[in-house]
Amino acid sequence: MSVDSQGPQVGTDEWVARQGQRREYLPSWLGRAQQAGERIGWWPKLAIACLAGLALPLFGLGGFQLQVGIDALVIALLAVGLNVVVGWAGLLDLGFIAFFGVGAYGFALLSSPQIGSAGIHLPTWLSVPIVMIAAALLGLAVGLPSRRLIGDYLAIVTLFLGEAFVEFTNNVAPSVLGGPNGITTIDPISIFGYQLTTNASYYYLLVIVVVAVMAVLRLLETSRTGRAWRAVREDPLAAAAMTIPVNRVRLSAFACGAMVAALAGAIYAAQQTSVFPTDFDTPILILIYAGLILGGSGSIAGAVTGALVVMVIYDGLLRSSTEAGYLFYGLILLTLLVKLRPWRRLALVLAATVALGFAAHAIAAAISASAVAGGPQSGGWIGDALRYWVVVPANAQTLGNWGFVVLICLLITLVQVSSRWRTILLPPTLCLASFVWETRLVTEPAITRQLMIGAILIVMMNARPQGLLGQRRVETAT
Amino acid sequence: MSAPEGPEVPGTPPVLELDQLSLSFGGLKALSGLDLKVRDREVVSVIGPNGAGKTTVFNVITGVYEPTAGAVRFAGESIAGRAPYVIARLGIARTFQTLRLFMNMSVLENVLAATYGGTKAMPWESVLRLPRARREEREARALAEDVLSFFGQRLAGYRWDQPAYSLSYANRRRLEIARALATRPRLLLLDEPAAGMNPAETHEVTELIGRLREEQGVAILVIEHDMHVVAGCSDRVVALDHGVKIAEGGFDEVANHPAVVEAYMGRHPEDLAEAD
Repeated sequence: MSVDSQGPQVGTDEWVARQGQRREYLPSWLGRAQQAGERIGWWPKLAIACLAGLALPLFGLGGFQLQVGIDALVIALLAVGLNVVVGWAGLLDLGFIAFFGVGAYGFALLSSPQIGSAGIHLPTWLSVPIVMIAAALLGLAVGLPSRRLIGDYLAIVTLFLGEAFVEFTNNVAPSVLGGPNGITTIDPISIFGYQLTTNASYYYLLVIVVVAVMAVLRLLETSRTGRAWRAVREDPLAAAAMTIPVNRVRLSAFACGAMVAALAGAIYAAQQTSVFPTDFDTPILILIYAGLILGGSGSIAGAVTGALVVMVIYDGLLRSSTEAGYLFYGLILLTLLVKLRPWRRLALVLAATVALGFAAHAIAAAISASAVAGGPQSGGWIGDALRYWVVVPANAQTLGNWGFVVLICLLITLVQVSSRWRTILLPPTLCLASFVWETRLVTEPAITRQLMIGAILIVMMNARPQGLLGQRRVETAT
Repeated sequence: MSAPEGPEVPGTPPVLELDQLSLSFGGLKALSGLDLKVRDREVVSVIGPNGAGKTTVFNVITGVYEPTAGAVRFAGESIAGRAPYVIARLGIARTFQTLRLFMNMSVLENVLAATYGGTKAMPWESVLRLPRARREEREARALAEDVLSFFGQRLAGYRWDQPAYSLSYANRRRLEIARALATRPRLLLLDEPAAGMNPAETHEVTELIGRLREEQGVAILVIEHDMHVVAGCSDRVVALDHGVKIAEGGFDEVANHPAVVEAYMGRHPEDLAEAD
């Protein structure tokens, strides 16, 4: 086993040593861009992302887009905090949203006329740290009884605690917490005597805070604390045998995640100038998890990217039916392009789908004019393009509902059958999907948003289970 | 290899002493009345058929189980019932029969993680990169590189940043030993270090155990099924069956002990020998 410079050694694996040089890249300039991207380190990338984020409003981000950006950044901050608990420490915390609520309500109480006759109006530099420390202590208190609970038990106990927070704010001390009416007239955040009142100022603040938190967490990740978190996730028994106090390390992850969530809550409360119990309920939790998983659990950049992608899609694109349509048809086309091989099969399916649609439309129009009187609900050029292709009857609500049920059945069948039958079933499925979209889904944006996020996650699960920027992980059988 | 007792140094307690150790799970007696001593820089092998309680002994020593009766003393200090991480910090490190690496962490990080107990920097010190955090990180890295270089080219530089799951089986076993060494132990517990290895690698394990004792100055308690390894490395051999010590002494003495032969082969060893 002595080190010898001459000749190949037993155990010296040149093939393994050179694995970096054997990587395949995409063809042409894409590959070069990929290589260049890999050469840039983590910190320069963060700086570039920070500058890009700060420069974005210069391209004329309007009021609505700015609000979407603010919401997305708040969720990104939450996702990067959740990443500490779930991605690194491996604790499935379903009550994480409560710490967001504690931060928001804590900041609201400390900066509003809510308590006493004149209220408490602490300066920001005092109230935000107080709120963060309170959330960390609460995290420890929650973690303490549940420190021995892992996996399923921890998930259900924390979910219960998260719901308990909503019930608490709804019902306890309505004169202070405001019950369902929440707390309004919250002071804005002020930094160095400058009060942040515009959406633009909160956008800039959030970009800087998200980048700063990412930097802090990056420094933690590569320190002894970060390694201990991940070691405990990988194998608690081995971690304990390697001098790591498992329970204490888990608690510190809980507290660290809670602090980040409370910071997000404080900024959220100040920006909204009001907080309500429903702001801190399960739907927001689902968005945070969707972002974290989509981006790649365990990766700081992944958590932020995933949350931004999810929120821009969810809050931005899916609010307008035209943009939702682009996303819907784009996603279908992309899936077909990626999944259908060889290209002849792809061409066949697409041609058959187009032909089937026009044929169905022609037949329906010949039978009765009212059978196609509805027309597509999508606006823009998609609506124009689909006018003579998709069959939409005048009053299509009931029919659309049935179509939805049949579509789900068809999709389930599609996954089960052989490839030949799949090719045959695909064109009618695609036509039906378009029909359901144009009749029902477009008109129900609240439901469609949820369905689309679910669909994106399912596609992601198949295409890239580790998430956008996540590392592939192996599960250790224990 | 037939030095039944290591050098007795008067006045200093043995590194490890098990005194009438018993462990029951409900009505099941996993260990009963076990006595065992490991002295400084001594290599003691534990053998016995499957289910004899060998790994259970390790689990009691490292604090995974609390003994029902009896004492576990490490350098004279009672450690029974203390938390596993405390025992590890005192200077007992182990490897696992079923490999338990931090699979999704890099080779270097696996070893660095084990320096947790030897470092003290608080999270904010690490974030601000304060002097203590920087110094400890530097020292931990030097220690990690040192224990990895113990295995020569096997875990050489280019592998440091690869995830542990990408290693071959034998290299995973080596990495587990390197990780255990990074806790700076006085006593190393090796649970079947040669399991699943080919003859050349098995031979390497025998040499490795000798080098660990010579170069790292640790006492070693090793569970092993491969009798070449046991014969090659042990100062003393202890045989267990059904949680009871059935023999102790030099390798030849224990290997030919009637109770040991019976435990492995079943009853009437004379009959079996005649039939051979």
